[in-house]
Amino acid sequence: MLGKLSWSDIPIDVPILVGTFAGAAIAGLAVLGLITYYGKWGYLWKEWFTSVDHKRLGVMYIVLALVALFRGFADAIMMRSQLALAYAGNPGYLPPHHYDQIFSAHGTIMIFFMAMAFMTGLMNVVVPLQIGARDVAFPFLNSLSFWMTTISFVLINISLFIGEFSQCGWLAYPPLSEQQFSPGVGVDYYIWAVQLSGVGTLLTGVNFFTTIVKMRAPGMTYMKMPVFTWTIFCTTVLIMVAFPILTVALALLGLDRYLGMHFFTNDAGGNQMLYLNVIWAWGHPEVYILVLPAFGAFSEITQTFSRKPLFGYNTMVYATCSIMVLSLVVWLHHFFTMGAGANVNAFFGIMTMIIAIPTGVKIFNWLFTMYKGRVEFHATMYWVIGFMITFTIGGMTGVMLAIPAADFVLHNSLFVIAHFHNVIIGGVYFGYVAAMNFWFPKAFGFKLNEAWGKRAFWFWFVGFYFAFMPLYVLGFEGMTRRMNHYDNPEWYPWLLVAEFGAVLIALGIVCQLTQLYVSIRDRNLAENRDLTGDPWNARTLEWSTSSPPPFYNFAVVPTVHDLDAFAHDKEAGIDTRSAGGHYQPIHMPKNTSAGFFVGLFSLILGFAAIWWIWWLAAIGLIGIIATVIARSSNNDIDYYVPVSEVARIENEHTRNLQAAQAAE
Amino acid sequence: MAHDMTADAAHAHDEHHESPVVFGFWLYLMTDCIIFGTLFAVFAVMRNQFAGGPTGKDIFELNGVGIETALLLLSSITYGFGMISAHRNKLGALRGWLGVTFILGLGFLFMEIREFSHMVAEGNGPDRSAFLSAFFTLVGTHGLHVTCGLLWMAVLIVQTGGKTVLTERMTNKLTCLSLFWHFLDIVWICVFTFVYLMSVI
Amino acid sequence: MADAHTDHSGANHGSVGSYLTGFVISVLLTAAAFGIVMAHSFSPSGMLAAIAILAAVQIVVHLVFFLHMNASSEQRWNVMAFAFTIMTVFILVIGTLFIMHDTSINMMSR
Repeated sequence: MLGKLSWSDIPIDVPILVGTFAGAAIAGLAVLGLITYYGKWGYLWKEWFTSVDHKRLGVMYIVLALVALFRGFADAIMMRSQLALAYAGNPGYLPPHHYDQIFSAHGTIMIFFMAMAFMTGLMNVVVPLQIGARDVAFPFLNSLSFWMTTISFVLINISLFIGEFSQCGWLAYPPLSEQQFSPGVGVDYYIWAVQLSGVGTLLTGVNFFTTIVKMRAPGMTYMKMPVFTWTIFCTTVLIMVAFPILTVALALLGLDRYLGMHFFTNDAGGNQMLYLNVIWAWGHPEVYILVLPAFGAFSEITQTFSRKPLFGYNTMVYATCSIMVLSLVVWLHHFFTMGAGANVNAFFGIMTMIIAIPTGVKIFNWLFTMYKGRVEFHATMYWVIGFMITFTIGGMTGVMLAIPAADFVLHNSLFVIAHFHNVIIGGVYFGYVAAMNFWFPKAFGFKLNEAWGKRAFWFWFVGFYFAFMPLYVLGFEGMTRRMNHYDNPEWYPWLLVAEFGAVLIALGIVCQLTQLYVSIRDRNLAENRDLTGDPWNARTLEWSTSSPPPFYNFAVVPTVHDLDAFAHDKEAGIDTRSAGGHYQPIHMPKNTSAGFFVGLFSLILGFAAIWWIWWLAAIGLIGIIATVIARSSNNDIDYYVPVSEVARIENEHTRNLQAAQAAE
Repeated sequence: MAHDMTADAAHAHDEHHESPVVFGFWLYLMTDCIIFGTLFAVFAVMRNQFAGGPTGKDIFELNGVGIETALLLLSSITYGFGMISAHRNKLGALRGWLGVTFILGLGFLFMEIREFSHMVAEGNGPDRSAFLSAFFTLVGTHGLHVTCGLLWMAVLIVQTGGKTVLTERMTNKLTCLSLFWHFLDIVWICVFTFVYLMSVI
Repeated sequence: MADAHTDHSGANHGSVGSYLTGFVISVLLTAAAFGIVMAHSFSPSGMLAAIAILAAVQIVVHLVFFLHMNASSEQRWNVMAFAFTIMTVFILVIGTLFIMHDTSINMMSR
């Protein structure tokens, strides 16, 4: 009846997990209780959970990303603490099987649910506004993507309290991840969570590529498209070509585990090296899927706070596109030591080094944008400058690793860990936080607190160097990754320094939370309110509408005359917004709960399949199909916003604008 | 139709210039193409990993494959005729052609399931060798797509029932399924060429 | 109304004639591929090359006659997406074979 599930799968004998569960349960009940107390369930359901508005979905994505950040960081600081303790005979406080689950969960959560969700949230909030569109091409699919991502994260967290998580690292290499060596449900949790979230990501890729190609405002040719939109364009292309490969890799591993097939087993002709080949053919483009949007955000922020147009817009676009193509032909550098010959290693090594060229072009473009600009040292600029320094170091260690001979020495060591955290924290995370600070007033109508933003930056920045520079040293000293305990006295002090760095980063996260709290508390102060919709005197279309934008984004679809359309309009004194009060009815999609229900049934399907509860899995699958058919048969999916409603909203914004001008 | 409600022609153009649905679906098909491409790459690596089990030459029945190919090819053209009927607004003929296509697709699926169950019954299932794992997965993924296509076709036959005019949304759905169905035929060309025929050579 | 749309979307829907043309060509190509292999016409590598070429031609025939792909400006992005996809598939298949072949030779695993 319950498949493999039994009471013994509830880890009540692990105090850390019981404590976590108690904490999560209390916090969860408190949140649910507060929502009930304030009677907000109806509001949440109608305005958020069933929303197809890209701005709201974007906000929910970013909330999800922040929750995932806490979960992933909790894993990280547990690992650093273990290694600060488990020296010279001390076993530390995490036994190997638990420690292995933690590093696997850390990687999986940070990539798939922190970084991917954050990036998807940013593109949701920004891209339709930036190209002058009223929504994405497929609003319902957008809601579906969000729920698929969310339920996958829920599924991964269920593994904390029911059963176990994978102990095979964030990519679950076989043969360790095969049934023979991992008979538990951990790898199945991993496979189903990543697979279901992959569906959401793939749909997002299709959705935003279509949006950018088909729904740009009139006049916005490709070379007048903002750089952030360009980077999202390339990211969505990479999502569409890379995520199906991940789907296949994990499906084949699943078939090995569920049906006894022999893709990656040791016997019957299986070949585990093929798994490495396939999964990294996804894995390398994934790196650029994450970092390209960060590059786009840095470009927008640098030009805005340098009070200059971006230096070398064209080269920025070409660099982005060449990175997109090159990222498809470098995947072998993740397994130079697998045993391929010199020809193969040389080819992929050289291709990898070539990627440094367009990336370098971008760094110089940002530097030259700042050069002779009137740089305003806003909190967002701190993250940008911190990024440029940190990412350049990470890029150079990356080129070191691209040399096959050096990689033979450094592979599987903490040097690799230091390198990819160097580029992912210094590039991806700094970029997303900068972007969040930058676009926050657009989404909510008030600014984030500057002082706490700068404090968060300094803790993160300094903490990063303390936490990860020692790992470069440890890599050279031969410490391998994923080690649970050690007795080398030379490593010990460096690991203590790294632990100190992790504590600094924890303080950085506390500062970010405080920043959110203080900003929300002070949201109605005059200096924090954004009445104009353009708090930074920025250059692109999203700033031409109010903050937060009306649900239809633009009462009149703007016409684009130049690159940096809004800056051009401001200089030329063109009022694109009000159209003299002549509005038209606006065609908008209706909210729908179908995405939520498909997600819910997918969660049931995933959970049931993990535990081999086949009747429940059948219910989940039938539920998904029935919901999709019901959605397809429903013709009441859109409506028109009447002119009077548009006029009312727009007039209110006009009054705000006038009040703001009068205040100046 | 939705955009008749707006008086302003320019505005209607603005909202409705060319629905993105078909393009979006085309992009989805491209991602599907990558799924099949990866499976073909895996099959190519696994094609000689017989592990002492049967080779393709031992177990593939080209006659059956020929019939499957014929069924799928015929179903492509019958769906095409259905689309022509749809664009002429002959909904009875459209449903008739969809029905014929459905039966041909079902025939294909029947042949494939029969082939698979024969192989499994003889002990040559997907767990026999890496070669057979790759074979069953690649061909089975195609079969799974055909199954989804048939389910979708059945839904569309029901949804067009009792209608006299096709809405834009319905036309888009029919066009998307048309792309899907023809795309599966293209994948099948690669399957019979690079899986069946090449293994028999 | 429906006609207005068909013109509007710019897609070519084909005619009974074009479908039949595509069908006949496809039947001939398929029959040729099966015939070559079943009759053991040439050397194995020759047959391989022949059926690969026949498959490539048949794919193009399907794209043109059944999927109505063409070089018109409305379809530019469809064709570009398709070309990029084909490029990726080639990178993937050839890269995989390159890597796995080289590895198995080096490791003497085969």
